[in-house]
Amino acid sequence: MKKLIAIAALALLPVTGMAAGGGHNPFVESANIDLNNHAAIQRGAKYFTNYCMGCHSAKYVRYKLMTKVGLSEDEIKDNLIFDDSKVGDLMTIAMPSEDGGKWFGAPAPDLALEARLRGADWIYSYLKNFYSDPSRPMGVNNTVFPNVGMPNVLWELEGIKQAVYRYEVHHEGHTVATFDNEAEAAAMAEEKGEGYKLEKVVDRLELVEPGQLSAAEFDRVALDLTTYLAYIAEPIKLERQRMGVWVVLFLVVFSVLAYLMKKEWWKDVH
Amino acid sequence: MSFMNWIDERFPATKVWNEHLAQYYAPKNFNSWYFFGSLALLMLVNQIVTGVWLAMAYKPDADLAFASVEYIMRDMDYGWLIRYMHSTGASFFFIVVYLHMFRGLMYGSYRQPRELLWIIGVIIYLVMMATAFMGYLLPWGQMSYWGAQVIVNLFAAVPFGIGEPLSEWIRGDYVISDATLNRFFALHFLLPFVLAALVFIHIVALHKVGSNNPDGIEIKKNKDENGIPKDGIPFHPYYTVKDIFGVGVFLIFFAAVIFFAPEMGGYFIEAPNFEPANPLKTPEHIAPVWYFTPFYAMLRAVPPMFGSQFPGVIVMFASILLFFFLPWLDRSPVKSIRYKGPLFKWALAIFAVTFIVLGYLGVVASTHMVLGLVEASILAPIFTVIYFLFFLLMPIYSKLDKTKPVPERVTQ
Repeated sequence: MKKLIAIAALALLPVTGMAAGGGHNPFVESANIDLNNHAAIQRGAKYFTNYCMGCHSAKYVRYKLMTKVGLSEDEIKDNLIFDDSKVGDLMTIAMPSEDGGKWFGAPAPDLALEARLRGADWIYSYLKNFYSDPSRPMGVNNTVFPNVGMPNVLWELEGIKQAVYRYEVHHEGHTVATFDNEAEAAAMAEEKGEGYKLEKVVDRLELVEPGQLSAAEFDRVALDLTTYLAYIAEPIKLERQRMGVWVVLFLVVFSVLAYLMKKEWWKDVH
Repeated sequence: MSFMNWIDERFPATKVWNEHLAQYYAPKNFNSWYFFGSLALLMLVNQIVTGVWLAMAYKPDADLAFASVEYIMRDMDYGWLIRYMHSTGASFFFIVVYLHMFRGLMYGSYRQPRELLWIIGVIIYLVMMATAFMGYLLPWGQMSYWGAQVIVNLFAAVPFGIGEPLSEWIRGDYVISDATLNRFFALHFLLPFVLAALVFIHIVALHKVGSNNPDGIEIKKNKDENGIPKDGIPFHPYYTVKDIFGVGVFLIFFAAVIFFAPEMGGYFIEAPNFEPANPLKTPEHIAPVWYFTPFYAMLRAVPPMFGSQFPGVIVMFASILLFFFLPWLDRSPVKSIRYKGPLFKWALAIFAVTFIVLGYLGVVASTHMVLGLVEASILAPIFTVIYFLFFLLMPIYSKLDKTKPVPERVTQ
């Protein structure tokens, strides 16, 4: 029995033991979402239909899904549907994706899919990390998704943030020195000579023009929206885990009984 | 039993039952490694059954395929469960088959008289790879699309003007397209039944020569007065009840992944596949699914020669085809690792580690710094050479090895 478990564990080792490569973005923080918080999902749905659905679809999701987190069909109709869609319809949008490509440089992705692709932490951090950048077509940039084509649609709530930069001197891919002042960093890179490069990096974001909400209130909006998107990314997730507990428990009992049966049958084998 | 008589006069039901189950004598000393044969069969059945149900809602059309998978996942009753059973099942099928093959390597199950049994097994493995590859295109996500693009392009590397027309013939187009998706679906539906037929032949061959065992002893050489091997026990009921227990334990792991980690951290379902296929946008990093990565690593390990990728393609295919020659590469007087000497034990251990390392190297980008020390592109050729040396030097080290005497009867 022990040997068998060891073998099975060994079988999974090559898969679980591997860590995916890729850089880590320091601006991505943990969202710590709670999919059991139906109120947050409901509020998030409202923000989504109000602020996101102008451009982004959730075209594989039906409005009716929200009945599973406590909304009635009438509440869905009154609060979430702004066109002639029915409650059982998919959450499609009128804007053709070619137009999105023309206006913003890339078609606006479907957000139920994007949430599954990127994960909750990324979405949450992305929503909170827009900053003013006049060099970009929409006047904003994002530390989580640099040079993204999307405007900051939540700016009225959040206010306007500006980037505070730091200046790093790089040598062969390593940071050798960090300065707050560009001139000092440039002087060092100059003095060290070949192979030393000056890099301008966003250090943090600062609120320069407050919006309608306080920072804490806006964080909650971002969290609600993230919770909703994480929910529609895989609505079955919690049910699947609940079911899984029973399935695994059943299989454990089954295996114990099967083992006892095997032992009984094998008594006469020497 | 007059009913059975009626049947038996028209179809050899009792005869088949006895020959292959109730009076098929298997060695009594099978250990846990011998679960993986029946588990592989279980996974084949799982893939066929869940696959047929998926096909009831799936649409093999470039415009509809992605949406139909989302429909299965969101709107179809238990569609998510069937799909996760299928996607997880593919990975578990390979895990089980790799362990089944490793069992064969350890106990010399490929040796005379089981050469043909082994060769049929290698053919099964090749057909499995083809089936899995074509199936991976069907969800029509980004990784489906670009993975298929990369692999089919390998055929374009064949020289003498054959490569380009060959890859176009496979795709039915100049790029992966609707035509490719349609034919891959047709073949992905067909090949599992070819697999089932091959598995049947595999079992027929097995029952002709009899099962090997951890001691590598031919139990048929030691029969009692009734002609029954002294170390044999009827497959049914002994191994059927034992395999039911094996299935239970296996399903615990299988269910744990299906219900708690169906993406398995991006190894069973890769994240870019949640984005629909986009022929105009190449993903940053294209990696095949984990079960192909050892071979993909060997492909990448060979530098292009004369401006052609072909040498790498040859190395990749050779790395698989070498398995066919194993029965004749092993010159040891004994079959099982239990009686082989240190040379073979070390060689097999190094080979197992090499296979896993190559699998890892095939997952990461070739510029990835392994453990922050060495670039993957430097390690890959080294491990590719080790992989090949396991086979190519086998006639030498298996002959030089100091073996132990094999007992007359199996040990417990």
